[in-house]
Amino acid sequence: MSHHIIDFINISYSYPDGNKALENLNVRIHHGESVAIVGANGAGKSTMLKLLVGIFMPEEGEIRLGDMPVTKKTLNMIRQQIGFTFQDPEDQLFNTSVYNDVAFGPRNYGLDEPEVEKRVVRALQTVGIEHLMHRAPYKLSGGEKRAASIATVLSMEPSVLAMDEPTAALDPSSRRRLIKLLQGFLHTKLIATHDLDMALELCSRTIVLKNGRIEYDGPSADGMTNSKLLEQCGLELPLRLQGCPICGHKQVNKV
Amino acid sequence: MHMADALITPLVGGAMYIAAAKVGTDSINKIKDDMDETKVPMMGVMGAFVFAVQMINFTIPGTGSSGHLGGGMLLAAVLGPYAGFLTMAAVLIIQALFFADGGLLALGCNIFNLGFYTCFIAYPLIYKRVLKKGCSTVRITWAAMLASIVGLQLGAFSVVVQTMLSGKLELPFTSFLLMMQSIHLAIGIVEGMITAAVISFIWKARPELVESAGAAEPGGSKSSLKRILLPLLIATLLIGGILSWYASGNPDGLEWSLYNSTGQEELEQTGELHKKLSDIQNKLAILPDYSFKAGIEAPEQAGTSTSGIVGSVITLLLTVSVGIIIKAFTRKTAKNNT
Amino acid sequence: MGNMTLVYYKMFILDELAEKKTAIHRINPVIKLAVTLAYLLLVVSYGKYDISGLIPLFLYPVIILTVGDISLGPLLVGLAIAAPLVIGVGVFNPFLDRTIVFTVQGMDITAGMLSFISLLIKCVLTVTAALLLLATTGMNRIAAALRRLHVPQIFIMQLLLTYRYISVLMGEASRMYNAYTLRAPNQKGISRNVWGSLIGLLLLRTYDRAIRLYQAMKLRGFGNQYYGVSIDKLNKIDIIYLFAWTAFFLTAKFINISTLLGLLVTGVIK
Repeated sequence: MSHHIIDFINISYSYPDGNKALENLNVRIHHGESVAIVGANGAGKSTMLKLLVGIFMPEEGEIRLGDMPVTKKTLNMIRQQIGFTFQDPEDQLFNTSVYNDVAFGPRNYGLDEPEVEKRVVRALQTVGIEHLMHRAPYKLSGGEKRAASIATVLSMEPSVLAMDEPTAALDPSSRRRLIKLLQGFLHTKLIATHDLDMALELCSRTIVLKNGRIEYDGPSADGMTNSKLLEQCGLELPLRLQGCPICGHKQVNKV
Repeated sequence: MHMADALITPLVGGAMYIAAAKVGTDSINKIKDDMDETKVPMMGVMGAFVFAVQMINFTIPGTGSSGHLGGGMLLAAVLGPYAGFLTMAAVLIIQALFFADGGLLALGCNIFNLGFYTCFIAYPLIYKRVLKKGCSTVRITWAAMLASIVGLQLGAFSVVVQTMLSGKLELPFTSFLLMMQSIHLAIGIVEGMITAAVISFIWKARPELVESAGAAEPGGSKSSLKRILLPLLIATLLIGGILSWYASGNPDGLEWSLYNSTGQEELEQTGELHKKLSDIQNKLAILPDYSFKAGIEAPEQAGTSTSGIVGSVITLLLTVSVGIIIKAFTRKTAKNNT
Repeated sequence: MGNMTLVYYKMFILDELAEKKTAIHRINPVIKLAVTLAYLLLVVSYGKYDISGLIPLFLYPVIILTVGDISLGPLLVGLAIAAPLVIGVGVFNPFLDRTIVFTVQGMDITAGMLSFISLLIKCVLTVTAALLLLATTGMNRIAAALRRLHVPQIFIMQLLLTYRYISVLMGEASRMYNAYTLRAPNQKGISRNVWGSLIGLLLLRTYDRAIRLYQAMKLRGFGNQYYGVSIDKLNKIDIIYLFAWTAFFLTAKFINISTLLGLLVTGVIK
C-alpha cells in the first residue's frame, strides 16, 4: 500500500437546487488514519465522500490523493485507490451472483481471470462470506449484503476505504462483526456515519460537520465526549456515554 | 397481450424476429452513437420497474373492476424511443423465459407488437407532436391517452394478422378483429389514463425527466425514423405478412370476452354472425378467411385411422415409461452416492 | 396482485433449479438454446389437425425433465399461466369448424375438436420446452450463450440488470402497495387519485436508484473494457446431444412414429 495523504483544499459544493452542501472545507488525512465523519442529516457527510471519488465535482477547491488531483482525467486511477461503499448495498450488487459482483471491478481493470479469481476469493474470505460465492444477491440477508458490498471494493485492493453509513440497518451481531472486521483493516478509512458508538470505537479521529462546515476536527476521545458541541450539531453523546434510560446509572464516565 | 408459440407458424414467427431484431440493432446503435452509457443501468432498472408495476391493481372508476398498466408508453416517455424499445424487449424476453408469458418463437412478434408501435409510432407521431408546443397537464393527458390507445390498437391489429396468417385458429378474420380491437380500445383507455396521471405527476415533480427524453434525439429525428420504418415495411411486405395476431393477454379483457362468448345466446349469435361475416368476406376477396394461409391441411389428412389412434396411445405410454425408468435410475444413483 | 407474486415465486424457483449438476445442466448452453429453438420450430410446423404426429415429441420434455431432475410443480404452474390464453381463443375452434371427420363409439369427432386438441398439445410442448431450458441453464448462462451468438453486450448487460433488479423493484412496489392497502381496506386496487403519485413515486425512486447504480458501476471501472462470463468450449457430449436430438426431430417429422407403432401392434395382433 502506498503512502497517500488525502487533501481537501477549500472545497465548496452546492446541490443542483442551489443549497450549499459544503463550504470552504479543508481537511488533511494521513495514511492509515481512521476518520469518522459525523453530523446531522444533511450536514454534508456523504457529499464529502462522493466528492472524494469523483461522483460529484467541487465548485471550488481541489481534492488530492497524494500528488494526484481528483479530475475527470484521473478518475480511473483515483477509483482504483479508493474503495467506496454506498449506504444501500443493493446499489453495489448488480450482478446475478456474488462472485460476479466481486469480480466486476478487477475484470474491468483488465486483470486476467486467474488473478481475478484469487482476488475474489481473498476478498470474500476477508469478509467471511466465501461460502456465499455463487449465491444470488437477492438471497442474502442484510448483513451478508453489507459484507458482499465491502468485498466488491476490497477485490480492487484499494489503499483507502470510504464508507457511507456502513452499519445502517444491521442487526447487533452483524454490526459487531463489521466493526471487528474494520478494526482489522490497515487501510486509511473515512467513515460517514450516524453510529457514534462505532465511530468512537473504530476511529481515532472525528470530523463533525454542521451545515456544510467543519465544527470540530480532532481526536474522537475529546469530540465525542463534548455533549455541548454534539448538541449544537444536532447530535447526542454516544449511547455508551449516556446514562441508563431506566435507572440513570452511568457505566462509563471517561473514554 | 402475449402471443403463444402454438398460435403461429415458423414463417410468421421468423419474419417477426427479423423485424424485431432489425429495430433492436438500430436502437442499440443509436444509443451507442449518443454515447449514452448511462442508459444501460437505467434501461435495466426501468425494465424491472415494468415488472413491478404490472403487479399493481388499478381500480377503474365506475366499473368495479380493475386494470393493469402495460408500461410501454411510460417507458418511451421517460427513456425515449430507442431505450424504451430495448427495455420492452428485455422485459418480454424474461417473461418468455421465466413465465411462459409468450413463447420463445413468438418473441419476435411480441417485441414488435408491444414495443415497435408504442415507441416508434405512437410516441413520435402522437405523443411528441401533441407536446411540441410545451407541456401542461391537459396536453400531457391528451398526448398519453391518444398515444396509448393508438399504440394498443396497432398492436392488437398486428396480433390478428399474425394469427390469421398462421391459420391455427378457426375464428374468422373479421370477428376476431372486432373482438380484439374493442377489447384493446378499453385497455388502451385505461392505460392512457394511468400513463397520463403518472407522467403528469413526474412532470410536476421532476420536469427534466419528461422533457429531456424528447430532446434526446439530434436534429433529423424524422429521417432516423424513416431509416427504421422504410426497410421494415419492405421486409414485411416481401414476406407477405402483416403481423400475426395474438390473442389478448390481459386476463381482465380475456375474461370478459370468454364470458361473453361461451354464453348460450352468444353461440347462436356467433353462428348468424359467422354466416353474415363470411358473406361479407366472400365479397371482400382481398382478405380471405383462414383457408387462405399457408400449410393448411384438410381434415381428411388428420390421420385418424385405427393404427394412428392405437399408435398414439402406445407412443404415449412408451414415453411415460421412459420417464419413469430414468427417474428410478437417477434416484437409485443418488441413493448410492449419499 | 396475487397473480404476480405467484409468478415472482416461480421465476426464482426455476433459476434455483438451474444450479443443479445433472448431465443436462452440464451441456453447453448454446447447444441447449439451439436444440430448444429447433424443437419449438418443429412443434409449430406440424399441421393443424395433426395429433398422432405430435405425440412422440413428448419424449423431449420427458427426458429433459427426468434426467435434469426438474420437478413437475413449477412447470405446471407455468402451464397454468400460459394455457388460458391459448385455450381462450382455441376454444372457438370446435364450435366454428364442425366438419365431422369420423365417429367413435357413436360420438362425432369434428375437425374443430382435432385442431383444438392439436393446439393444446402444441401449447404444452412449447411452454414446457421453454421452461425446461431455463430450469436447466439459468439466466447467467443463457446470457453467456447469447453473447456467443453475438448479441450486443449492451443489451445483454441490460437484460441481466433487469433480471437482477426485478426482486428489488418488486419489493419496493409491494411495500408501497401494502402501505396503501393498510389504509384503504375496502378497495380492490389503488384508486384514481393516487394513480399518478404512487406509480410516479415508484418511477422516480427507480430513476434515482438507476443513477446510483450507474455510479456504483463507474466506480468499479465500468466502461473501460468489456468483460464476460465465460462458457467452456464444446465437448463430445455436447455434439452427441445435438446430433441425437436432431436425428430424433427429423425422424419424428418425416415418419409418423405413432402410426408406425400402431401398425406394428395391430399387425401383430392380427
